[in-house]
Amino acid sequence: MPDARVNVPDRIPRGKPFEVRILIRHPMETGYRLDEVGKPIPRNVIRTFTCRYDGEIAFSARLSSGIAANPYLRFFVTARESGLLAFEWQDDGGVHGSDSVAVTVV
Amino acid sequence: MTMPDSRRLRTRRRLLQAGGALSIVPWLRVGAAAADLPDIPALSAFLAGRTPRSERVRLLLPQLADNGQAVPMKVVIDGPFAPGPHVSAIHLFSETNPVPEMAVFEFPGPVERIEVESRLRLANTQRIVAVAAMSDGTLYSAVAEVIVTLAGCLDGT
Amino acid sequence: MLRALVCAVSICAAVAGAQERVLPLSALRSGIAFAGPDVRAMQSDDTSNPGLLWVENGQKLWHARAGAADSSCASCHGDARATKRGVATPHPRHDAATGEVFDLEARINACRVRRQQASPWARESEDLLSLTAYVAYQSRGLPLAVTIDGPARAAFERGRAYYSQRHGQMNLACAHCHDQNWGKRLLAENISQGHGTAFPAYRLEWQGVGSLQRRIRACLFGIRAEMPPPGAPELTDLELFLAWRAQGLPIETPGVR
Repeated sequence: MPDARVNVPDRIPRGKPFEVRILIRHPMETGYRLDEVGKPIPRNVIRTFTCRYDGEIAFSARLSSGIAANPYLRFFVTARESGLLAFEWQDDGGVHGSDSVAVTVV
Repeated sequence: MTMPDSRRLRTRRRLLQAGGALSIVPWLRVGAAAADLPDIPALSAFLAGRTPRSERVRLLLPQLADNGQAVPMKVVIDGPFAPGPHVSAIHLFSETNPVPEMAVFEFPGPVERIEVESRLRLANTQRIVAVAAMSDGTLYSAVAEVIVTLAGCLDGT
Repeated sequence: MLRALVCAVSICAAVAGAQERVLPLSALRSGIAFAGPDVRAMQSDDTSNPGLLWVENGQKLWHARAGAADSSCASCHGDARATKRGVATPHPRHDAATGEVFDLEARINACRVRRQQASPWARESEDLLSLTAYVAYQSRGLPLAVTIDGPARAAFERGRAYYSQRHGQMNLACAHCHDQNWGKRLLAENISQGHGTAFPAYRLEWQGVGSLQRRIRACLFGIRAEMPPPGAPELTDLELFLAWRAQGLPIETPGVR
């Protein structure tokens, strides 16, 4: 199952903020739902999310069950050089997810 | 624990009256801003006695949510940003969700455009509070109310 | 005189045919028209439509080798974007080999069994949902056009009967809500016309993608009626009737509801 869908503009002007959009596959299980036999489904949400631009954190988020399933994040990062945006996230189960996208700065 | 509505109204009215009487002294307006924040223990704990200014932050949420499972949220802090203190984090608090601290968005350095979108899960009709913290400790806040209704048919599948 | 009689009979037949549709073609509206602005925005934005996560997974599965034949969908069908465009619009469709009516899920499973010599995927499994969503997505924007003549006729008539029959504790027929009361409020929801053109769809209540059969079963649950198991012929018959009823509406998979 692909972890995420990432979207950045094709050609980004240097020094300007550019839009980053990421849609992550994750149930963000609240811990308040019951299964078919009435047992609570344990909480499992993405807790930490970081966006690194050539290794340096450009944006991060701490999330909770108050964020909808299959979370969507849209934020802005200042363009420096062409490079790699690397995304990482970790959930309550300790499972790591990641994705990356190359950015072309002109 | 939230105050009953009638008591909240009276307190708000008294504060506004006080604010109106002292309107020639603008620095006391900060008191009126504090009365607009919903009473959320986690928010009070975070503020630790500080009073955020209810300006600069725009918290955009639908007035009526299509579905409490995914409510689109946008929080914006309009520029331009003067050199110096930058927005370091935006905190989101829920008035009635079982987990009041919804999210924190963190900015390690200055960004010309502070705009974050996501989708929230809301248990019921409530107010959401966004608090922006600057790198020098200044706090700004915004409040938005969302009406969340129940679906018509139960889905047991 | 005979010519006039033939004309009269054919006019009557045409009128009778037109009367078969409770909802005339010109009055058809997709479920998205009854959804709120946020749901509409979510469906129309490919960067934030969660259903596309399943479509992407379907693309991976399209290229994955499976079964004793160790072949993938791509081995026979090549690039789905070219070869599968328009394949969803005539489904559900009669399958000559089995004599059954196949929806897209059943068609995919039949291929898995016959060609890839792999075991069929369970209904509502993530794999089947993903691949069905991927294949249906290739027909996004194209109008539904099923055939109800010939061998499909019996299934169509069964489906129409099921749709018009009262079911469950609440003693309601699909027609009561979706033909007679569409557009009105049911608590906090707008009743749609019940077309199902966006399935497999990401339903917020499910927090995931599900099939049209799952959505139909949810409706039956809502009216406290017995729910046929996933893949049951009653559900496929009903899907065929619904597809005929929605003729001309474009496929929207993956929808958001």
